Amino acid sequence: MDFFRPQSLQDALKLKSEYPKALCINGGTDVMVELNFDRKRPEVLLDLSAVPELSNWSDEGDSISLGAGVTYTRIYEELAKELPGLAMASRTVGSLQIRNKGGVGGNLGSASPAGDAHPALLATGASVIVANITGRRAIDINGFYLGPKKSALQPDEIIISILIPKAKGGQEFSKIGTRNAMVIAVTSFGIAIDASAQSVGTGIGSAGPTPLRAYEAEKYAAENLDWDSYTPVSVVVMKEFGGLVAAAAKPIDDVRGTAAYRRHTLSVVSARCLKWSWQKTSEMKMGRP
Amino acid sequence: MVLAKNIRDENGEAMMRLTCTVNGEEQVIDDIWPGESLLYVLRERMGLPGAKNACEQGECGSCSVMLNDVLVCACLVGAGQVEGAKIITVEGLAGEKDLHPVQQAYLDAGAVQCGFCTPGLIIATVDLLESNPNPTDSEIREALAGNLCRCTGYSKIMDAVRLAAARG
Repeated sequence: MDFFRPQSLQDALKLKSEYPKALCINGGTDVMVELNFDRKRPEVLLDLSAVPELSNWSDEGDSISLGAGVTYTRIYEELAKELPGLAMASRTVGSLQIRNKGGVGGNLGSASPAGDAHPALLATGASVIVANITGRRAIDINGFYLGPKKSALQPDEIIISILIPKAKGGQEFSKIGTRNAMVIAVTSFGIAIDASAQSVGTGIGSAGPTPLRAYEAEKYAAENLDWDSYTPVSVVVMKEFGGLVAAAAKPIDDVRGTAAYRRHTLSVVSARCLKWSWQKTSEMKMGRP
Repeated sequence: MVLAKNIRDENGEAMMRLTCTVNGEEQVIDDIWPGESLLYVLRERMGLPGAKNACEQGECGSCSVMLNDVLVCACLVGAGQVEGAKIITVEGLAGEKDLHPVQQAYLDAGAVQCGFCTPGLIIATVDLLESNPNPTDSEIREALAGNLCRCTGYSKIMDAVRLAAARG
């Protein structure tokens, strides 16, 4: 095994094109586990943690450009206002030790359906910016996840950043697990309301081969929310929305939970998330009651 | 950093030279396998067994160390990633005569049973109290949620953190 620690993005991309089988490592919270347990023995380890561009974020007007290696700790400390859903999800990642190292780029690179960042990225309509030696391209988040631990990232590409629209309404994230810390989600759910477009975005985690959107639920919510006077979400709408989210999931039985339990919890937490995010939207638009 | 691409052992494996500062002293360590963790370097190559090796997947916090002033699990840091970095382990906390106040508080509160989780918890407690000298109970629980103890039930550990905070 060889180890490269490029100091610039250009050098990193050069190395990735020369060694397309190189395994990228940044925070190490996934990759080191694979190495420690002998599950992966890449010929080349490409350490991206010294590449400055990957550990910064910038304000792009309507969006935040989030470097792939910006840690979860920094996301909730620095971007909770602009990216509330992702910040909430970031607070639930592992433990402080994990949040101090891990970032969204690694969550995308691993493409585990249980990754905590995915629901917020799907709900807000993020784009993943990847690059190879010849240039950059943006991958719509809806086309990024191809299967369990499979993504649209090509072998010669590196995830550079994630372009995430700033919140234009309430956002929420909920995660089901056996305790608060150190939990791989049994299920998770993210919602982002866009009060300008009068639309609702969703993301389901840990309940399918990939993170999923609940398109029918989004459409139903957008049609049944009171965009004029922001009256609270009725119990009927909550229940219907929760049912549509559960129906959009494609869960399996595994060690963390049964498919039936996953559907049930999704229907409950998604209904609550709709209620809370709508309340926040109302407070943003109408002022506190 | 330069990997030791041209330096290979008899099996053709690359070996690295690592330079970093551990507990205030600069260290140069040779013959590092590129896939090994900071934890392995500390324990097996430097003879610093304070950071404990338990889960090797970041679940238990027993290997917690400070890496460039940030609390991390040493098992999840690649050896080559700490080139030029500053690392503090539990061995670096005590003064010449006295224990670190957090170590003393753990002793005084009886927060140590088998002791395996103690170094990680002490490092995490030092990190907490540096940023938040008077944490609430829920803040303590949150900050130490990544450190598992299978003996104490955590009550005495909570006492120790409160005691360390109260003593300033």
